[in-house]
Amino acid sequence: MNFADSASAMKNLLGSEGDSQRTLYPYVTGTSVVAIKYKDGILIAADMGGSYGSTLRYKTVERLKPVGKHSVIGASGEISDFQEIMRYLDELILYDNMWDDGNSLGPKEVHNYLTRVMYNRRNKFNPLWNSLVLGGVKNGQKYLGTVSMIGVQYEDSHVATGFGNHLARPILRDEWHENLTYEEGVKLLEKCMRVLLYRDRSAVNKLQIAKITEEGFTISQPYSLKTFWDFAAFKNPTVGAEGSW
Amino acid sequence: MTKQQANWSPYDNNGGTCVAIAGSDYCVIASDTRMSTGYSILTRDYSKIIQLADKSVMASSGFQADVRALQKVLSARHLLYQHQHNKQMSCPAMAQLLSNTLYYKRFFPYYSFNVLGGLDHEGKGCVYTYDAVGSYERVGYSSQGSGSTLITPFLDNQLKSPSPLLLPAKDAVTPLSETEAIDLVRTCFVSATERDIYTGDKLEIVVLNASGIRREYMELRKD
Repeated sequence: MNFADSASAMKNLLGSEGDSQRTLYPYVTGTSVVAIKYKDGILIAADMGGSYGSTLRYKTVERLKPVGKHSVIGASGEISDFQEIMRYLDELILYDNMWDDGNSLGPKEVHNYLTRVMYNRRNKFNPLWNSLVLGGVKNGQKYLGTVSMIGVQYEDSHVATGFGNHLARPILRDEWHENLTYEEGVKLLEKCMRVLLYRDRSAVNKLQIAKITEEGFTISQPYSLKTFWDFAAFKNPTVGAEGSW
Repeated sequence: MTKQQANWSPYDNNGGTCVAIAGSDYCVIASDTRMSTGYSILTRDYSKIIQLADKSVMASSGFQADVRALQKVLSARHLLYQHQHNKQMSCPAMAQLLSNTLYYKRFFPYYSFNVLGGLDHEGKGCVYTYDAVGSYERVGYSSQGSGSTLITPFLDNQLKSPSPLLLPAKDAVTPLSETEAIDLVRTCFVSATERDIYTGDKLEIVVLNASGIRREYMELRKD
């Protein structure tokens, strides 16, 4: 065995980037998703930015999508992997519909499916680079869960991915309660999204909010939040910082 | 584009502490309900305890996704066992099954740290303690997970169990009454919560005895 052979074998063992067939790091990514339960169902918020590293590459990425009749999925992380996940889910829903037995997959079933897909791909060392949120209502049962790219999953009355876990969830822990009305829920999510907009550099001021109730889902048209940048510290953030621009 | 993330890892540590104590006619299995990653809390209400059979209960900490996969395998295997033998698996049998299941993935392990508690054929409390690759031992009490370094020496001091080297072998079950054991578990967790950031929020205690199974909860510090 010559040296070149062993070197290439070694490269493969170490998972070199050149000839790799798996995601080692993401390319185009979406940032946080924030979601809460409220009186009549679930609300999910996500902005529409698609970042290519630190470049804002896409500005109209829909990261909230309906799944079947009772659920909406929200995705952060690699956008192309999310689009692949949507192909899996659409096929799942289609094949379930073809039974034509009047049954339909609810949010709990879809979330469990996603959990298995994500964990299975991590077992193959070929992860889908996403954090997913799944919310829905079926038979009067509200459901809100999340799953990460290595298959870690949980349910809670409020969830958030990425930066949202650091910046939004402390707000939600303070202000969330079981009996939020729709208006209060939207207001609370907008408060979270505004904090994220100010402090998460990859967040953009164009977002959608999805509402899921027993009656079904609606996903809002994109809209932006009122912001206020006239604080002195925003105008000249480096004043008094010697040797800085 | 340059690489921004650190190299991807298939593992995470979601923390959590598990304790089990065996008595002459009962078994107490407990764990906290916090789930974390790094310095973040993911949720404050995630149960780490699962009832695998009538008289065996498992508490697991470590990597949540692996723990769930492990629980699913064991539940499925127990369902098959019931169909084949028309009875519930005993706790010692479940203990061996858990060991084999862990060792089956010896070279890509389940990153899970388990204690299995239950009642044996005679109705005596039993506790089995494991490492991630399936080494196991029957003991009188055990603690696993992120708070185990704080709790184990405390239990050693309080329970002074007979050495497993003694001949003839002495019973490993603790001399405590059921209520004393539950109180001891509560104390352990309240103390561990003070110093271990991965332990807290809520304590879930499962008690197995001749009259069946019962669950109780106690609030822990949330910071």
